[in-house]
Formats: sequence, C-alpha cells, structure tokens
Amino acid sequence: MLIELERRKQPSRTMLYLTPVIAVLSTMFAGAVIFTLIGHDGIGAVREIFITPLIDPYKWQDLGIKAAPLILIACGLAFGFRANVWNIGAEGQYVIGGLAGTGIALATWGMEGWWILPLMCLAGMVGGALYAAIPAFLKTRLQVNEILSSLMLTYVSIQLLYYLMRGPWKDPDGFNFPQTRLFTDSQILPEIIPGTIVHLGVPLALIIVLIAWIVLDKSVFGFQIRVVGAAPAAARYGGFSAKKTIWAAMLIGGGFAGLAGIFEAAGPFGQMVPQFPTGYGFTAIIVAFLGRLHPIGIILAGIILAVSYVGGEIAQTSLGLPNAAAGIFQAMMLFFLLATDILVRYRLKFSSTVTSGDAS
Amino acid sequence: MNDTILISILMTIVGASTPILLAAIGELIVEKSGVLNLGIEGMMLIGAVTGFAVATTTGQPVLAILVAMLAAMAASFLFGYLTLTLTANQVATGLALTIFGIGLSSLMGESYVGKTTEVFGSWFPSGLAEHPQLRVIFGYSPIVYFSLIMTVAVSYFLRKTRAGLILRAVGESDISAHSIGYSVIGVRYAAVLFGGAMAGIAGCYYSLVLTPLWSEELTAGRGWIALALVVFSAWRPGRLLLGAYLFGAVMTLELHAKAAGFSYVAPEMLAAMPYLATIAVLALISLKKSGASAAPACLTKPFKPNA
Amino acid sequence: MNNQPDNRVELRGITKAFPGVLANDDVSFKIAPGEIHALLGENGAGKSTLVKMIYGIMQPDAGEIIWEGSPVIVTNPKAARKMGVGMVFQHFSLFEAMTVLENIALGMDSSISQSELEGKIRDVMHKYGLKLDPHRIVSTLSVGERQRIEIVRALLLDPKLLIMDEPTSVLTPQEVNQLFGTLRQLSSTGCSILYISHKLHEIKELCEQATILRGGRVVGDCDPRKETSTSMAEMMIGGNLKQVSKGDDRSFGPVKIAVDGLTQAGDGNFGMALDNISFSVRSGEIFGIAGVAGNGQNELMLALSGETQSNSGNAIRLDDRPVGEIGCLQRRSEGLCAVPEERNGHAAVLEFSLTENSILTARDRMGLSKNGLISNSNAVSYTDQVISTFGVKATGAESTAGSLSGGNLQKFIVGREIMQNPEVLVVSQPTWGVDAGAAATIHQALFDLANNGSAIIVISQDLDELLAICDNIAVINEGMLSKTLKVGEASIDEIGLLMGGVHGDPFATAEMTEAVHAH
Repeated sequence: MLIELERRKQPSRTMLYLTPVIAVLSTMFAGAVIFTLIGHDGIGAVREIFITPLIDPYKWQDLGIKAAPLILIACGLAFGFRANVWNIGAEGQYVIGGLAGTGIALATWGMEGWWILPLMCLAGMVGGALYAAIPAFLKTRLQVNEILSSLMLTYVSIQLLYYLMRGPWKDPDGFNFPQTRLFTDSQILPEIIPGTIVHLGVPLALIIVLIAWIVLDKSVFGFQIRVVGAAPAAARYGGFSAKKTIWAAMLIGGGFAGLAGIFEAAGPFGQMVPQFPTGYGFTAIIVAFLGRLHPIGIILAGIILAVSYVGGEIAQTSLGLPNAAAGIFQAMMLFFLLATDILVRYRLKFSSTVTSGDAS
Repeated sequence: MNDTILISILMTIVGASTPILLAAIGELIVEKSGVLNLGIEGMMLIGAVTGFAVATTTGQPVLAILVAMLAAMAASFLFGYLTLTLTANQVATGLALTIFGIGLSSLMGESYVGKTTEVFGSWFPSGLAEHPQLRVIFGYSPIVYFSLIMTVAVSYFLRKTRAGLILRAVGESDISAHSIGYSVIGVRYAAVLFGGAMAGIAGCYYSLVLTPLWSEELTAGRGWIALALVVFSAWRPGRLLLGAYLFGAVMTLELHAKAAGFSYVAPEMLAAMPYLATIAVLALISLKKSGASAAPACLTKPFKPNA
Repeated sequence: MNNQPDNRVELRGITKAFPGVLANDDVSFKIAPGEIHALLGENGAGKSTLVKMIYGIMQPDAGEIIWEGSPVIVTNPKAARKMGVGMVFQHFSLFEAMTVLENIALGMDSSISQSELEGKIRDVMHKYGLKLDPHRIVSTLSVGERQRIEIVRALLLDPKLLIMDEPTSVLTPQEVNQLFGTLRQLSSTGCSILYISHKLHEIKELCEQATILRGGRVVGDCDPRKETSTSMAEMMIGGNLKQVSKGDDRSFGPVKIAVDGLTQAGDGNFGMALDNISFSVRSGEIFGIAGVAGNGQNELMLALSGETQSNSGNAIRLDDRPVGEIGCLQRRSEGLCAVPEERNGHAAVLEFSLTENSILTARDRMGLSKNGLISNSNAVSYTDQVISTFGVKATGAESTAGSLSGGNLQKFIVGREIMQNPEVLVVSQPTWGVDAGAAATIHQALFDLANNGSAIIVISQDLDELLAICDNIAVINEGMLSKTLKVGEASIDEIGLLMGGVHGDPFATAEMTEAVHAH
C-alpha cells in the first residue's frame, strides 16, 4: 500500500487548526523516544516538561510571566510574517527596548512620580521600533535582506548591552559587578496579584494582543498586511504600498519586542544585567508559527512554550536533564508543525496500486 | 612591523576565514539549485560537536571530520525532507534547523565542555609547517587547503560541467527543468546534502582546529555571516573567496587589537565589528544594482511536480 | 524507409484523471509519418495533458501508446526524446538568465562539446532558415526568437514526431507564415507533426488531419481542409457558439481618457521603456492595443492603471482631469478601473476567498470598508452579486479564488471591475486561457459597458479578438504606439507589419547570425 498526497481544492481549515495540536503531541511522543534512547528517563522528561507546570498551581505564576513576553513579541512578529517580512532580530529589539527603558530608569533614579513607568515603557517601545527601523530602511531603500540585517543587529545589541553594563551604566555601589542599580519602586511594574510575581505587564500584554487581533482580522490595514505577504503584485494593484507595509510591519514587530523588553527589565529583573537576553526573541518565532500567526493562537502557543520553559527548569532539578532539553523540544515542535503543514493543502490518499503521481 | 607578527596575522586571517568560506561554498551550491537553507549555523554546530566528540574519544581527526560531515548531512537531509518533499516554508524550516542545532549540540556537548583535543594541524613535515616564514604557506590544517580546493572545484563545476549547468537550470526555472526531463527534487536534495557536508566540516574547523575545544554556541553566528557572504559574492565562487578573506581580516583585527591592548575603542565595539561589517557590505553591494538580480530565480520557491 | 509501419504513433484509449476531473477519457487517434495532425479543442479540453503523456512528463492511468508499431511506456522526456519525439511548449521551457547555447545544451541528452554543438546548431539553422545567436541571453530575446530556440532544440535531435503546443499565440502573422513554412518543410522530410491549437483558420491552412477534443473526450476526426470553420467550432464547443451582439448604434461621446506623450524609462533588465505614447478613447468606444508580447504592454497597463505613476499629471487625463501622477487607489475613485493580464497573484490572490478578492479593488467604490474597518456583510453581498450577474461557477463567496477554473475566475475578475461602473476600463488579455462560453460572456459585458457610455481599452496579443470587439486599434512595438487604425479598414498585413516593427525580423538577430557563421 502506498500513501499518496492529493491536492485539496480548498485548503483545509480543520487541518489549519489541528496541525499545531498534532505537532505538540508528536513532539511529546518523539521527545520521549529520543530522550529514552540517549539514556534519560524519556517519559519522565515529557511529563516534567509538558504536564507538571500545568498541574502544579504554584507554577502558574511562572507560566504567566514567561508567556507574556513570548506572546507579545510573537504577536508583533505575526504582523511581519503575514506580510512576508522576516524580522528574526526580535531578540535584539527586545534588548534595545530593555536598554532604552533602563536609560530612562537611570536618568530618573531617585525621582518619584506616576509618569516614570509609562515613560520607561514608551522608551522601550520606541527603542525597539527604532532598532527595527534599521532593517526596514535597509530593506526598502537598499534591498538588503531583513533576515540577515535584523539578525546581525541582534549580535550588535548584545555587545552594546555588555558595553553599557561594564562601563557607563555600571552600578556605582555594585562591587564592580557589571550590572545597573536596582530600579526603584516607581520604576518597577507593580504586582497585580499580591503575593505572586505576576506583574502589570502580563495583563497589558494580553490587552495589546487582543487589540492586535481586531486590527489583523477586521481592519483594512490587517488586510493590507496579508495581501502584501500573499501576492505583492496584487497588493500594488489593490493600491497598497509594499514599502509602507514593510515599514509598518517592522516597526510594530520592533515596538512589541521593545515593550516586552522593558516589561522584563522593569518586571522580573528589576534592573539591567548582562544575562538579560534569554532567547525570548527567538522562541517567539516558534510561538508565532505554532499560533498560526493569529493572536488567539499565539496566546495558546505562548502558554505552551512557557510550559516548556518552566518544565525544562523543573526537569533540570528533578531529573538532571540538561538545560538544552527544552530548546530541543521547542525546535521539534516547529519541525513537526512545518512537516504537518502539508496536510492543510494536501490530503493523504491510501492506494494499493502503483500509479505515478505526476499531474499538471 | 616585523615578519613574525605579519606572518602570525596572516595566519590568523586564514584561520578565521576558512570555516566561513567552507560553509558559504556549500550554501552557494544550495542556493544555485534554488533552495535557501538558513540552517547553516545549526548544521555547523552539529558538525562541531560531533567532530569534537569523535576526536576526543578516538583521537582520529580524519574520522572525526567524516562523522561530523555525516551528522551535518543528516541534519540537512531533515531540512531537505521538510522543504523539498513536504514543501514546507524554507525560511521557517531553516530557522527551526538552527534552533534545533543549537539545542542538540549543547545537549550532546554537555559532557565535553572544558575538554580539549589535539589541534588537527598541518600534515606537512615540521620543517615546513613550523618554518618561521614558510609556515605561512605550509602551516595550516588540511581543512584550509581543502576549502581552497573546494572553491576552485565548485567554480569549475558551475562553469564547465554539464552537471553544473543542470544545477543552475534547476535553480533558474524549476518548471522548465522538470518539463524537459530533469529531476528538480533530486538535484535539490543533492545540493542540500552537499551544503550540509560543507557546513559540517566548517563546524569541525572550530572545534578541532581554531579553539580546539567545545563550548555552547561555539560558532557564534558565523553561519549567518557565511549566508551573507553568498549574497555578497553575487553567487560567484571567486568573489566568495575574496569576501571570506575580507571578513577573516575584520575578525582578526578584533583579536589582534585586543592582544595588542588597543584601548581607544571598547572591546565590545570590536566584537560587534564583523556583524556591522556584514550589514555595511550588504548595503554596499545593493548600491551596485547587480546584486539582487544575480540571485537564482527560483530561490525559496517550493516545487511540487504534481502541483 | 521501406518496412516502416503505417503509423508513426497511435494512441489507444488513453485515460488520465486528476482529483475531481477526468482530463482525458479514452482518447484514441493515430498519426502517419509526415502527417501534420491537428489536435483541436478549447482551453481545458485536455490537449496539454494528452501531449504531456506522449512526451513522458506524465503517465496515463489507462490506455497505451503505440510507437512505430510497438507499445511503449514513455517514462520521462528523455525516453521520449530517445524515441524521436520533440516538443515545443506553449509556455516555453527556457531558462531566462542563460544563453541560447546553454538552453539548447540542456535539451541534449548527451554531453557534447560546445563547438560541436554550435556546429550542429548552425547546420539546423541553415537547413530551415532559422536565425539565432547562440551567445545571447534568453531574457534579451523576443518571443518569436525564444520559440525558435525551442524549435532548434527539438530539431537537433532529428525528431520523427514534433509536438507543437499552441505555437502561434505569441507570433505576428508574418512569423506564423514563416513557422508554417518550416513545419511544411519538416513534414516533407517525413517528420510527423502534432499541432495543437484552437485557431481554426490556421488548422485549415496547415493540417491534413484533425482530432477534436471536448471535455477530455474525442468528439470527432476530420480533414480540416474539407470542413468549414463553423462546423469545427461547433464540434469543439459542443453546440452553437453563443451570439454576442455589439449593438447597432455605435456612436461615441466626448473623450473620456486621453494619453498624451506618455514616456517612461524601462525598469531594470527586463522592462521595456514607453516612448511618447499618445491616444484617446471616447465614451462608448472600445479601443484595442495589439502587439507581440513583451513590447511594452505590461508597462503600459501598469501606467494606465496607476500601479506605476507618471512624472506628469497631464500624461494621462481622465475626463480632462490630470491623473498621471496619482496612484491606482485614487484613479479608481476617479472612475478608472483595470484588469491586468495575470490572474494568478496580480488580478486576484489565489489563496484568498472571492470576498477578500472583492475587497482588494472594490472596497472604496462599493463601500466594502468604512473608517479603516472592513464591512464583511457588504463585501459578501457585493461578491454574491458579481457571482450571480456573471454566472461565476463557485461554491460561494467564501471559496478561494484558486479553486475556480481559469474561465470562471476571469469572469469574476472582469465582473468585479465592471460592476463598479467605471468611467474607463482598461483590460489586458480579457479572454486569455478562457473557454468560449466564458469569452462570450466577457465580450458581451464589455459591449454592454461601452454602450452605457464607458470608454474601454483592451490590450491583447490575440489579433482576432481585437478585430472582433474593437472599434479602433493601435499597435505597440518596442514601447512605441502606432497611429490609430479603424477596425474594418486596416488590413491584417498592415497590422502584422506594425507588430513586427518596421524592420520585420529584428536586424540585430541577422547580424548575430552572421557572427555565428564566422565562427
């Protein structure tokens, strides 16, 4: 018996939503097999990484603060990816956003006022957007591939972070550790559930993503983004400018990543440190795809990826699993998603005879 | 400047250039066939860690390189299966491959962190390889000579051989190539596997020759620079060689400036140089117009014969 | 040549199915050595699928191919070429960025040296009077020259059967005559020719036998020289051709659109510059622009629709208002709508639903969006209107554009623009790759629009179509537009000469050929 692929007349909506689920389940299965093969407790690893964080209420706050930046960044990236703009330098925009907000925090250190925190957030968003404006400029003016430029800028942003931590922004009372002062109370995102670490950034991120949902699904601008991505010539014919769309997509992606950056700095970190880049900007790419570039899907996918982060830490302590394990699971999810993607456009056909599948 | 310093600078340049040249030569063939594999960095890391593991366990550098090559080819096969057979998005799959390679290599390399292995050095007699002047010609790892031979070979292959003509044809118009009877998917698989093999050896060069040790994300984004180089070279092996050595020189500048205690510029600035230089170069070539149009017409376009 | 079998090739009961459609159903016919055999049928009748099976690009589900008396399985084009089958594709199988020589080498199945290949090319070109410079890059060649590459490539292998898939759709009348000369010469040496076309007068002129396909089945065999065009057309379409009426009273009102000295630089390597183009179209008039593909039609289309803008507003005037400098969005609100040639990804987004494709161009004129938000209900009802008015066969407004047949999608696109009641409509290749029924619907809709007082510009490579529907016509060649000719007064020869440019065959080619001979 042979399995053949047969093109569907219409892409399958069922498969569009089902394949991410298939991808996550396949990842759990394959992960268990692989980790067993290389001599770990495979089933235990899957349980600790994917199940424990969900059933342990004490871990839910961790999920919340890890999911929020992932969702926020992924949602910004979704604007770009829908428009075929491949900003993969969100990590750099996240770092610059964090730094820009930190700059305000250091400048206002010792001051008090309700305006400080909003100003920091604004600075973070503008910082991230401006950093994303560089690849946007290079792409629209000089046809420089945004994948390469945005990624190169990520490495540059990390060096800038190191420089600022080692030099100008170093805490003067910090025993020469390369890190800034601790932010003051007016500079820190307040907790919204007392006694937890869940900060104001989490609900804010969710609200922003819901607004993005309306924009992407209901507005002419959201339509424009999709047309530019699907068929640039048709977009031009429909009166949409590809350049403006690239600019908008990059600025939104950078702005969201920058905002996520300052939420992190003014939230869980409470200061700026060299360990600030934790790879959220890259993981968000997986979140965006797993969420099918749709804000609601991205919220779900963000939670799943947050689960894998938190679970990875649990498995590290409870099973002695290496910390790279979570990364492998995350990459596997994307692989499986991409592999099962074909089911959206093709159906599996089981046939008993050998026929050649060529057609025009 | 005296000879010794000059020679050592030259040799560092060669050292820094070789892996990006190798990886880029592989990617050039991949892209000529119409496929964009963004997973170079991941394949390099997989090559680096497997090569290092085999070298420290067996003490056989040639075997290590062979295994590294095969491991990276396996990774590139995975990429090929997803993008060519299942027609998945090439950009996303390449990114996934890089993320996967980073994770897998740090997982596999965990027990090797901090270990070292013997440098896979020159095969020439020590009289030549360690000669104060002549070492600038004879003092390199065999991988260096291999990278140069591959550059010439790829150039010859593309310009003079029938197989090279077919490869270019497949990248230029998949539909035409298919309708006159060439196996588009077959040619692309071969190209992707070749790209994997080259990336594997390039990765090995870091863990067996340059450092020689294993640490997480050892290749530090050099795979991406290799990718940029292919664009810079306008898909021509000759210009690729030039570009790789230019970048090698920029990276070497950083090392030597640090070593010389050059203190006018922050070390972080020097560390960011190669990445900034890459952006600058990409911007400069596009000013010349010829750059973008030299790209194979089918780059990143999926092909399904029964679509 | 004595004990040659009676037939060069015979097809017996060839059947091929694709998901949801039977492309070929029990197709049988035979071709004698030296015979020029026509395969006649509408777009979508299954002609291309059938010849792809003879050439080994795909395999039949059932039936057999008998080659010179013995059954064969043609596994791939290489096997077909080895047997002696050559093919010239409708959409050429060429590589734009490569030289003529490289393109020809790719069609050879053995590696031969460059000089040897050049020698062979020279012989073939000499024998058949075909001119080509082996060292030119294909992207710099005219469509006629590109076809010559394919013909030379096929002839180099001394084919016993040459398949020509719609070869004349891109040629000037003079080039067609030249091609027929080559084919007759070839047939006299014993080479069979399978000639695929839907142009009846050509088939009557060239072919000795014809097989007519409809809906994948053979519906008739005939000797085209003994048939009338009408009798063959009726077999091909399966009934009477739908009557289109232009209306008797063709009176024109004031000038609606005036193009005055439109000049524009060519874009990059492939673009053609527009050189001082001037014409005007009056209310109620249908104005045709003829020409061989690649002579500036695309550029003119984009310049008229507003996808590219002119430096001078007055270069294009709409109801005497300058519109040259504004983009397509504003031109649409001013009353100028357009249908570009390419359906796939230009006039429509295949992955999008029909509703979304309505939003693409009708959102402002038809109120499908308000304050930056999309009004889905308005979009759906407008789409439903287009579907019902134009008889578009689709499962509903939510079906994707890609799921429609070419003819139905074209009806939808043309309908989407016409129902916006444009003052001026610019259409490129309105019936390209469309079956006769859909073509008739589209032509009738254009007539109705004109009769309601709109001005219509039709850009087409199909001269027959232009002569049938236009009131006036001009020819574009190398980015320059000829004087306006009145349809009915201009002769085909005159128009053909204008299409080929004043020099006829571009002199550059002749020069290059000499260079080759000098080698």
